[in-house]
This record gives sequence, structure tokens and C-alpha cells, in this order.
Amino acid sequence: MAQAQGLGKRYIKAFLKGFFVAVPVTVTFLDRVACVARVEGASMQPSLNPGGRQASDVVLLNHWSIRNYDVQRGDIVSLVSPRNPEQKIIKRVIALEGDIIKTIGYKKKYVKVPHGHIWVEGDHHGHSFDSNAFGPVSLGLLHARATHILWPPQRWQKLQPMLPPERKPLHREQE
Amino acid sequence: MLRDVLGKTFRFLGYTVQYGCIAHCAFEYLGGIVVCSGPSMEPTIQNSDVVFSENLSRHFYCIRKGDIVIVKSPNDPKSNICKRVIGLEGDKVCTSNPSDFLKSHSYVPKGHVWLEGDNLRNSTDSRCYGPVPYGLIRGRICLKLWPLNDFGFLRASPNGHRFLDD
Repeated sequence: MAQAQGLGKRYIKAFLKGFFVAVPVTVTFLDRVACVARVEGASMQPSLNPGGRQASDVVLLNHWSIRNYDVQRGDIVSLVSPRNPEQKIIKRVIALEGDIIKTIGYKKKYVKVPHGHIWVEGDHHGHSFDSNAFGPVSLGLLHARATHILWPPQRWQKLQPMLPPERKPLHREQE
Repeated sequence: MLRDVLGKTFRFLGYTVQYGCIAHCAFEYLGGIVVCSGPSMEPTIQNSDVVFSENLSRHFYCIRKGDIVIVKSPNDPKSNICKRVIGLEGDKVCTSNPSDFLKSHSYVPKGHVWLEGDNLRNSTDSRCYGPVPYGLIRGRICLKLWPLNDFGFLRASPNGHRFLDD
């Protein structure tokens, strides 16, 4: 009887010890290093979700690479939506601070991206809720960089930073 | 001998990682102690005051009008600013300075908040850089810890006239 109680206590202690190690480490890893997410919507076609609703891409989101807010033009990034803080949106970085770009359907035809902000657009113009709707976004809203497509297996690939030639900035502040 | 040293090093690293992760979870999801600097929130918060900020309100989306919040600076994501929420999305705010003759108003857009410092004459806030996205809010200041003669909950805004009721 006493032996069974001793064993029970040992199991509870071991479980609690494991719990207090596993949960914070996992949460910190998913918040700071990398996590996985399913892409919904057609705003990044044909790069992401070319199949539409039938097959959603699953991407690897890398938090660690943007810990210093180091993004390049052409990166695919996920950010907190400026219109709805509960939602994350995934778009391509078109311009960095200081660049002057020509907009598609924004209230101003030419925009100089302010300090500490970036201009993001979806690849599927016209079907995308992006900077052409809400303007330049603050770098503080940046959540992660999408580095690989993990699912479906036939679309396994590393996502390269690619800036469409017609969306190049008219004037670059930094090289 | 070498095995002992290696064993001790690994155990030390293991504990560091574990406590580092617990600290991250505590700061991210519960709250943390913050040292404020600058004159923009006087007299409510003076330079070098120590306050406690909780992060639960941000995660549950219950930041209210009149709360003092810590926000990532819209123009510099690596620095934080501390201001009071004057208006939530849909609220009407006064965008002109008190010294202006003609008053101008606008509505706070969806997903944004309007921030102002309590020291209106010496504060760069939403009157300068516009409404701030809610996603930049890091936490809500609920308690002042230092100096001890000012310990406790924070006072209400001294600028009640900036809160426009519909």
C-alpha cells in the first residue's frame, strides 16, 4: 500500500517536471523560432495556393530570421493584419523604407514608404487585401517569413525572394 | 573527469534553456516590469518610474479607452513607447492641437487606436504619426511599483477633455 502510494507520487512528480519543461520550451520555440501554418485565400496565387480551395498550401514560418526586422524586397512574409488584429495575412514585400513606388488602386498614385514601414502586396492583384488598400505597414506588425512550402508533397520547395519586374520601386533609398 | 565536466555543462545549459523559456512565456503571456523614460506621460508617469505591465488584455482584446499601454513604435519597431489610449476603432478623436484655432476631428479606423501622452505639450503621439494599429500594442500598464510614495494603480487622465463622447 505504501509502495503504491510512493510510486504514484513519483509519477506525478515526473509528470509535473516534464510538463514544466516541455510546455514552455515548445511555446517559446513556436513563438520565437519557427512554426507551421496553412495558407487560405487566393491573394498569393500562383505562388501559394494555386489549387484554390481544394488544396491549401502549408508553409513553414520562420520567426528567427526576422528577429531584427531584416526583410528583403521579394520576401513572402506573414504579418498581423492592420485592419483586424486577430488575423494574420501573408503577402510579398514589394518596397522597403525610403523607396518610392507606383501603387495599384491606392488613394495616392506614388508613395514614398515612411521610415520603419514596408509595402506589401499579394501576387494576385485585384484579389488581394494588401498595402494598396491599407497603405504602408509598420515593421512592428511583422510576424514571420515564409521560407518553405511543406505540403502538399508535390509542391515541396524553398520559397525564393522574387520581386516581379513590373513592381520594382522607382527609386531605391538603400541598395 | 571530462565526463563530469561535460555532464555539468549540459545540465547548466539545459537549466538555462528551460528558465529562459519560462521567462519568455511569463513576459509574453502574463506580464513584466518596465522602466519608463521620457516626459510624455507626466504627471501620471515620471521619468525613470518602474511600472508593471500585464499582457493578458492584449491577448484577449480587452484594451479600453483610458488605458495606458506599451506599444511598439510605428516608426522604429525596436523601441517601445508608452501612451494612453484616447480612442478605439470607430471613436471620434480631435486631431488638432489645443492651441489651434480651428478644431479638426476624425474617426479612428478599424483595427487601430489613437494614443496620446498625458503631457500634451511635450509628447509625440498620434497627433503626430496618426492612428496606431492594435497589433503593435505589447501590454497594458496596471500598477506603478517605484517610486514607493507613488505606489499603486495609475491615475485617470488629466486631460478628460480629449475623450470625446458620442
